[in-house]
Amino acid sequence: MSGWLLRRALQAVLVLAIALTILFFLMRASPGDPLARATEDHPISPAELAVLRARYGLDQPVSRQFVSFVAGLVRGELGVSIEYARPVTALLAERLPATLLLGGSVLVLNFTLGLWLGVRQAVRRGQREDRWLTAVSLVGYATPSFWLGLVLAWFVGIKLRLLPAAGMQDPLLSWEAGTAARALDVLRHLVLPVLTLSIVSIAATMRYQRTAMLEILQLPYMMTARAKGLPEREVIWRHGWRNALFPVITLFGLWLPILVTGSVFVEAVFAWPGLGSLAAAAVWGRDYPLLMGASLLVAGLVVAGGFLTDIAYALLDPRVRLA
Amino acid sequence: MTPALTALQEAWRKPQGRAGAALLLVVVVSAVVGPWFLPDPLAQPDILAGSRPPGLGHPFGTDQLSRDILARVVAGARVSLSVALLAVGLSATIGAAVGLISGYLGGLVDAGLMRLVDGALAIPRLFILLLVLAVWERVPLLALVILIGATGWFATSRLVRGEVLRLREETYVRAAEALGAARRHIILRHLLPNTLGPLLVAATLGVGDVILLEAGLSFLGLGVQPPTPSWGSMVLDSREVLVSAPWAGIFPGLAIVITVLSANLFGDALRDAVDPRSA
Repeated sequence: MSGWLLRRALQAVLVLAIALTILFFLMRASPGDPLARATEDHPISPAELAVLRARYGLDQPVSRQFVSFVAGLVRGELGVSIEYARPVTALLAERLPATLLLGGSVLVLNFTLGLWLGVRQAVRRGQREDRWLTAVSLVGYATPSFWLGLVLAWFVGIKLRLLPAAGMQDPLLSWEAGTAARALDVLRHLVLPVLTLSIVSIAATMRYQRTAMLEILQLPYMMTARAKGLPEREVIWRHGWRNALFPVITLFGLWLPILVTGSVFVEAVFAWPGLGSLAAAAVWGRDYPLLMGASLLVAGLVVAGGFLTDIAYALLDPRVRLA
Repeated sequence: MTPALTALQEAWRKPQGRAGAALLLVVVVSAVVGPWFLPDPLAQPDILAGSRPPGLGHPFGTDQLSRDILARVVAGARVSLSVALLAVGLSATIGAAVGLISGYLGGLVDAGLMRLVDGALAIPRLFILLLVLAVWERVPLLALVILIGATGWFATSRLVRGEVLRLREETYVRAAEALGAARRHIILRHLLPNTLGPLLVAATLGVGDVILLEAGLSFLGLGVQPPTPSWGSMVLDSREVLVSAPWAGIFPGLAIVITVLSANLFGDALRDAVDPRSA
């Protein structure tokens, strides 16, 4: 086990190193000037521009830039944001909690409601409920998150005035408000972004669970369980679902990039103060050190997600370790 | 060629495959023919009047610059579909080439290529594109197509490689090898035709992904550049008039949903035809 774990960990580090190299050289291959935006509004003299280029290391050859970038990374530094004039790591750390709250809520919703619906669909394969759920989830999957977010913000937030359509906290909430009132306020702000992200991504969970469950339903031990006279509920959930849960674990690793991509748009639309809206702001501000840092963090999350998925799978299914 | 054609026929026989194909056909035909019957999508006949709600003359209403939204949605369909078809074609070509070479040659070439693919797959496609596009002022449409296409082949190459690893052991490939056939002949004549089915499925499902991706990039201002109409940038512009003119954003968004849905429906039917276990 420990040998396998070590090899898998080394593999994850290698993948991350390759991803980092790709990111760095892609960015340098882009024909744009990283400082174009920083000097756009206030024209500066060539001498000042040279100072600025030197500060960001842009006067060095690309190979030297790469070495100093990796050296900085080893020290835990990601450079300084052009737009905010603060260390990128500090900015990322500040925004991480809001994204974890949003992403975690979507995760819980998709991996409870999504799995439950997927099992129901498999049990009722080909029936009306199965067909309707498939159709609805496919429409959700085809919907752009930024558009759905805007429509919900307009309809639920502005027309019906049911829920706040932007931000994470009500700025007018009184200072004396207690913890419960504050938590409720954040919760109310959380509803629309979570709903948007869930609608556009739950199809993956449902479909995966449906397929896995269909395979289990055909196995002989399901017939045995029924033949023993167990109640149908127990047959489905205890005998069937438990075994159909294995394949779903791998979905977690595949699903993480979808979530991260969606959160860029959803956070930007709802002005949710997380990493996604920070990445969008970095795009709009042409803030390449910040964008680079955010992309690296995302790549790290995806690799870590894949690594954890493999470990969970190996722990639950001993056959995997042999492979 | 035959397995891929059979798959297309079988997908057409399934109700959801036929629904997807029919819906997609409607979108394609209106994109091709529509502009002849509609006003100029760039014309601003009455800029002071501002945005008008849907009604006679303007079925989808007009935007804040008094441009006809229906005409812009149809013009946007042209842009979105061409970007998607070209980009997906490019991805499928690169993916097939890398997969065939990697799978058949094996060894160091295979190891090197697949490690590169592993690394690339760790970065969500949107972020790769954001990094290249963020510092690029006004990216030309052709460059956008090439970039989207060049970032979409990683998973496809793995898929094709897997197929090739399986096919390599088949008797007819062994026989061709024993007869002294050239590598090029084996790859192009024996391996490629048998990977076309899965390749076609991946490409069809890729169309929906690319349309969503292009719309998202345009929504962030990094994709199709104005004044060329695109669904994503129409939704972006509608943010300013969200309350006073919601129709300006609703129709382009619906166009995205319908197009992506129809491509995915057809792609799903194709996949069921190629790989019946997934049904």
